[in-house]
Amino acid sequence: MLEHYLSLFIKSVFIENMALAFFLGMCTFLAVSKRLETAVGLGIAVVVVQTITVPINNLIYHNLLAEGALSWLGIDLDLTFLGLITYIGVIAAVVQILEMVLDKFVPKLYHSLGIFLPLITVNCVILAGSLFMVERDYTFGESVVFGIGSGIGWALAIVALAGIREKLKYSNVPSGLRDLGITFITAGLMAMAFMLFSGIQL
Amino acid sequence: MNKSLTTLTTPIIKENPVIVQVLGICSALAVTSKLETAIVMALAVTFVTAFANMAVSLIRRQVPGSIRIIVEMTIIASLVIVADQLIKAFAFGVSKQLSVYVGLIITNCILLGRTEAFGLKNAPLASFLDGLGNGLGYSLILLIVASIRELFGAGKLLGFTILRVNTEGGWYVPNGLLVLPASAFFLIGLIIWGLHTLKPETKQE
Repeated sequence: MLEHYLSLFIKSVFIENMALAFFLGMCTFLAVSKRLETAVGLGIAVVVVQTITVPINNLIYHNLLAEGALSWLGIDLDLTFLGLITYIGVIAAVVQILEMVLDKFVPKLYHSLGIFLPLITVNCVILAGSLFMVERDYTFGESVVFGIGSGIGWALAIVALAGIREKLKYSNVPSGLRDLGITFITAGLMAMAFMLFSGIQL
Repeated sequence: MNKSLTTLTTPIIKENPVIVQVLGICSALAVTSKLETAIVMALAVTFVTAFANMAVSLIRRQVPGSIRIIVEMTIIASLVIVADQLIKAFAFGVSKQLSVYVGLIITNCILLGRTEAFGLKNAPLASFLDGLGNGLGYSLILLIVASIRELFGAGKLLGFTILRVNTEGGWYVPNGLLVLPASAFFLIGLIIWGLHTLKPETKQE
């Protein structure tokens, strides 16, 4: 059992890395990776939100939306088409609540994460986490592990890219390629490097 | 009339959402290994941007600023559900290949970016055209990248053989790199390089 969870964790961090194998959350991945410090802040915020929303959406899916989930009420309904709007609603609500809770109890953390939290609602990594959870039919335990793992994988990727971009300032890039163009190519090379994990069978 | 035409055409190249505004990159990278999936995705995004922008513009005076994001998300999510159900009904094979990426149109930053920047401030018709233009700009990049990747990576276009590959007795040795998702990064990076060199004014600092 533990082994199953461990391999799911390794798989979601490295082999199926959200940023570099599925290209999710690219807008923020490219926009907020200029400085290492901000990248770390955003990475932590993504891990936290992902760890909370994926299990919540898992419970909602299995107990309300899935086909036959409402049979205990005597109703036979398939509400899966409402999935998208429900998940994004949950994500928006969790981000809002998290913002208020952090502001009240851990103001220091709130101020360091502050600007990134609202950004996360529209980060596709978070929504994709819930959609992959549904598509792959994870159980509750698996969804917790998958949430943590995919968040950490994405955070790892953005921190790595930010580190590379800070070093890139010292290199002589052709002027048309500078900034945006070279960032794309760097991310492409990183994605190829991450492909070496894809041969690993767990 | 002229003004509406400019609203429609500026986002296609000059303010292209993907390569100039850097919005909506996730799907541009992930669905472009085949032309067919790219076309379906382009149509879906164009449909949703145009109508979401118009719908947000219609209610822009009634919605208080503090809840506007959640209202916009609801409108976008409803339109995406419509698009998702349509694709599932009429192109089931493609919908399986697109997997979660249709749902991810909701968090595609082109949508929220355009409704925030344009739909909230302009009249419905202009917003519709702006959404349409941005959708077309997105489609343009998607189609260019997908054609290059499918033609040179697999020797086919839309599933029809154009260059017969050597494994099937033809002369063309396919470029394996282009089948890999990472190649989309290189192609878009090179397109941006070309654009910045030809039109330096599009470069944002």
